[in-house]
Amino acid sequence: MASVTYEHVTKKFSADTTAVDDLSLSIRDTEFMVLVGPSGCGKSTALRMLAGLEDITSGQIKIDDQVINDMPPRERDVAMVFQSYALYPHMTVHDNMAFGLKMRGTPRADIVSRVKEAGRILRLDNLLARKPRQLSGGQRQRVALGRAIVRQPRVFLLDEPLSNLDAMLRVQTRIELQKMHQRLGTTFIYVTHDQVEAMTMGDRIAVMNDGLLQQVAPPREIYDQPVNMYVAGFIGSPRMNFLPVTISDRQAKASGFELTLPKATGLAHGTLGIRPEHFVPNVSADDAAIDLKVEVLEVLGADQYLYGKVGSDDLIARVDPQLKVAVGDRVRLGVNMQRLHIFDSETERAVF
Amino acid sequence: MASLARLKIGKPGTGRVIGDKFVGRAIRIYLPLLALLVVTLFPFYWMAVTSFKSASELFDFSVSPLWVREPTLAWYQHLFTQTNFPHWAFNTAVVATISTLISLFCSILAGYSLARLRYRGADSIGWGIFVTYLVPPTLLFLPLTFVIRELHLFNNLWALILTYPTFLIPFCTWMLMGFFKGIPRELEEAALVDGATRIQAMVRIAIPLALPGILAAALFAFTLSWNEFLYALIFMNDSLVKTIPVGVTQELIHGDEFFWGELMAAALLGSVPVAVLYSFFVDYFVAGMTAGAVKG
Repeated sequence: MASVTYEHVTKKFSADTTAVDDLSLSIRDTEFMVLVGPSGCGKSTALRMLAGLEDITSGQIKIDDQVINDMPPRERDVAMVFQSYALYPHMTVHDNMAFGLKMRGTPRADIVSRVKEAGRILRLDNLLARKPRQLSGGQRQRVALGRAIVRQPRVFLLDEPLSNLDAMLRVQTRIELQKMHQRLGTTFIYVTHDQVEAMTMGDRIAVMNDGLLQQVAPPREIYDQPVNMYVAGFIGSPRMNFLPVTISDRQAKASGFELTLPKATGLAHGTLGIRPEHFVPNVSADDAAIDLKVEVLEVLGADQYLYGKVGSDDLIARVDPQLKVAVGDRVRLGVNMQRLHIFDSETERAVF
Repeated sequence: MASLARLKIGKPGTGRVIGDKFVGRAIRIYLPLLALLVVTLFPFYWMAVTSFKSASELFDFSVSPLWVREPTLAWYQHLFTQTNFPHWAFNTAVVATISTLISLFCSILAGYSLARLRYRGADSIGWGIFVTYLVPPTLLFLPLTFVIRELHLFNNLWALILTYPTFLIPFCTWMLMGFFKGIPRELEEAALVDGATRIQAMVRIAIPLALPGILAAALFAFTLSWNEFLYALIFMNDSLVKTIPVGVTQELIHGDEFFWGELMAAALLGSVPVAVLYSFFVDYFVAGMTAGAVKG
């Protein structure tokens, strides 16, 4: 149970490789914080600095009010689940989970009961005497989680813990992790490159790119009000359509259509952002509309994606799967004006 | 799929296929292996056979030298009662064991630190150690002789116990460095976060996982010091402190006179401990200790 604060934290691996650049982020007690971004964006490094596995080049990290920059990992009282699980191959499941407690000098009886309890929660009761190599991928993953929860740490660190699981197990474990977070009431910091994991699990999401923190907000806000084109494009699948537009007053003109913006922007050139799901099939007379020339169709049962061109710009639209469309058709779609975004083409920042 | 179909349909066909396979394997694998085995084992065989021959049979050139008609243990008896062989064997065992232990201790620490800890100059130290190993003992024995004389260690087993690590430590360090590098770093990181100190992470995680490598290094170190000749020849002049390689070649050969029976008996006995060690630890070399540590 603890809050975590990054204050202007920078990590340089060498003079010209900066992994984390001036990161300031405060994570509240019992919060489920997700750090998300592409590989190499510095999210894992940020986590490893908190765990004490990487030195901090400048700035400071606090757990509660205590600066932990120079504290060895064992004194930080955090538990970490690694992407590779990092189970000790020469120890049984029981000993893997007991290791941290043993190192801390927990009485033997306590160790046994806590390992048993964790084994019960994670359905590992029958596997306690096995070695990691005798377990399936999902079981190994649960042992890695068990090793963390028996310690009852102040903060849980999870470094892409689901990325080695197959799709079905991943969904299942995602839900279990959320339940675990609710039951334990401990601060979770979860690193992933998967936006679905970020959106579904996080109380708040911190989007990182190139070592820089882009935006920190609850999932809905990240999705509805991205602060820049990077966040807008990273969250949401398929990604947001970006169309260059010239703007005069409130009229925005793209290569294939024109529309009236709900607000003035003060820009002459901008980038219009529309998510594929924000097109509407029925167009009334005064709505903005586009004519999409369909090049590729994807029917997924619940959804139908149209890939095509509007004027000279590529565009993706999600429509009702019942809508009968063929490749080569021109489809008229309305634009949900409430969900439009305009970005400054120069700075890539969102105007709205 | 094709082979599966063939298996189901025609039994004679499958028989031919298996037969072809067997002949193919025999030519490609077993024949070369057999040749290698013969080449390797032949000297041992000849050595063993010779050591069991009586003197009269040994010098009878009318019969095949590769067979013994009336085996006798006379040379062995002679070796143990008339020569200092028991002393040599004891000395060799003591020197090889202690120098191996010393070298292992140093090499485990050195190999681990070079593989794991990031400190200034780690790479150059690693290369330095490798280069040290390349310096031949024929060059090193001169300065070492000086050192041993200054320490008044001539004719003292410590002279060998202390000089053997000069080539054992570089060798073992280099070898163990590779083994430690092969252990996923996250395992120790997990241990550190779990509450272990760096030393505890090394002792409880890295060393148990490097055990096959450590045993291999120990075995090589032991064999190298067991067979070492040059330093033992130079530092040990008193018959009672000699090691087997030196004692055998110096005291069982007088000028051009070879005591073949004792020579062969001593050589055979000298190679037994190493052979036993190898066969005893062979299971440990079957790796796979780290299987299951990471991923699926």
